[in-house]
Amino acid sequence: MKNILVYLEQANNNLKRVSKEIATAAARISGGANVIGLIINSDSEVAKQAAEYAVNKIIKVDVPQLELHSSTAVAKIIADVAKEVAADCLLFPANSAGLEIAPRVAIKLDAGYIADCIDLTANGDEIIARKPVYAGKAVIKTKIETPIKVFSLRPNVFTAKENPVSPEILDKTIELNQSDLSAKVTSITKNEGKLDVLEADIVVSGGRGIKGPEHYNLIENLARALGGAVGASRAVVDAGWRPHSEQVGQTGKTVSPTLYVACGISGAIQHLAGMNASKYILAINKDKDAPIFKNCDYGLIGDLFEILPKLTEKINKVKGL
Amino acid sequence: MNILVCVSRVPDTATRILVGGDGKTIDKNGVKYIVNPYDEFALEEALRLREKNGGTVTAVTVGTEAATDILRTALAMGVDKAILVKGDEPTDSYYVAYNLAKIAKEINPDLILMGRQSIDFDSFQMPSMLAEMLSLPSVSVVSALRVEDGKITAERDIEGGKETVVCSMPCVVSAQKGLNEPRYPKLPDIMKAKSKPIDTRDAEKTPAKTTVLGMEIPSKARAGKVFEATDANIDEVVRLLKDEAKVI
Repeated sequence: MKNILVYLEQANNNLKRVSKEIATAAARISGGANVIGLIINSDSEVAKQAAEYAVNKIIKVDVPQLELHSSTAVAKIIADVAKEVAADCLLFPANSAGLEIAPRVAIKLDAGYIADCIDLTANGDEIIARKPVYAGKAVIKTKIETPIKVFSLRPNVFTAKENPVSPEILDKTIELNQSDLSAKVTSITKNEGKLDVLEADIVVSGGRGIKGPEHYNLIENLARALGGAVGASRAVVDAGWRPHSEQVGQTGKTVSPTLYVACGISGAIQHLAGMNASKYILAINKDKDAPIFKNCDYGLIGDLFEILPKLTEKINKVKGL
Repeated sequence: MNILVCVSRVPDTATRILVGGDGKTIDKNGVKYIVNPYDEFALEEALRLREKNGGTVTAVTVGTEAATDILRTALAMGVDKAILVKGDEPTDSYYVAYNLAKIAKEINPDLILMGRQSIDFDSFQMPSMLAEMLSLPSVSVVSALRVEDGKITAERDIEGGKETVVCSMPCVVSAQKGLNEPRYPKLPDIMKAKSKPIDTRDAEKTPAKTTVLGMEIPSKARAGKVFEATDANIDEVVRLLKDEAKVI
């Protein structure tokens, strides 16, 4: 390996946390190879932040025609830069943008691609990746056979570690053709002030035991007390009580927060698959035989309508709120 | 409108996954297979677009003879044609994409639909990979879709929100839950589907781009400190969250 190209993203002029994570991972597997960061339409503050994470060359690309995101355009830009710097390894975040772009870049570079890795180990020129399959019910060890290798890394799994360097910064302006913009974002709606279960360090989810959408404030209050995101089981989403964006499990999102709180969730195999990579699990359920209690670190058996307000109040008290 | 829907055959979501004798794939003993749940949203969307605009819906899968069963399900739901690209058990996604691309080039669809991910390898890569092979644009994880004047407007889930993407046609779209409510095939249609023809082709082998070296079942020893929810025990859990999990 000689040149690792890392696709770095910014939000509000700050380097995203996941970008810090993959930059750190790149440095760790580099074995002396260059770690080259690619940032698009970002100001120099983002480049400065990337330098804190051992990125020893930064390519800062300005693309005037690219107002909002375009997967087709960004894939082309990354592939062109990869060819220019002779990248033999490319790292992407396994988030909504990265999962859409990385396979395209891999095809453009005739490279093999492994998605959503939770571990990368370098062994000479070979990189062994570990990747969850079957919603995390199993993990495979896998490698890429082509000279150029593309990986996307699951957010919230790799640790970001500061290691400041003084990188060379290369400014570059790229002109796009209209055909490069054949798919482009025209508007973005953010759920203001709402933390996504994929990005949260703590997730509090409700299941059938919550009995109706009108009681979801109990879940929201506990999530707020803990500073976490609100999640939901499939039953709750299918009943229309909560949006699908909150669903944790095999046909929802796979999360790995520090703490996962399952309230009134029995623990079907599909739900467990989506959250069993969490560091700690707290289960609250009235049925002492619920499968969730066999898969938790802490459990409270009882009526969640009594437990949740008490738990929320006690946590607020410890936090001095 | 000519629509191609790519479907895959996956273990039922309730399957307990065990590692097979080769140490690299799952133990298939007693596993029940289904149409990938996200592909059902893709099938449903294709059928609704046909009902509105006319045209033909073709379902295609790359797999072994066993994958005939999911094509029968697609036929029972109402697709016009079914194609099985038959070969060994697929071992890497490039092989699947390559063989899907060959079919797409042959039937030249206006729209290619599939699920946002196949719930076996969970890689989310097929839509973009196939689109790139065909030099087409694509939109992934779509929860609302409008087709008009040779372009699509799609709503796509992103972290903490949604984005609206406009994309020229032909293109590839991957379906997210919420796009629609897939129909259940009716019994007479299931019976009729049994005798419908399935166009079977031989898959073309491709050199492996990735290799699986091994598979393991992750196991995490959990403390399992489960209490009756008395006030004192709730206090104890708060203490554990603070001192042990260090989240407070």
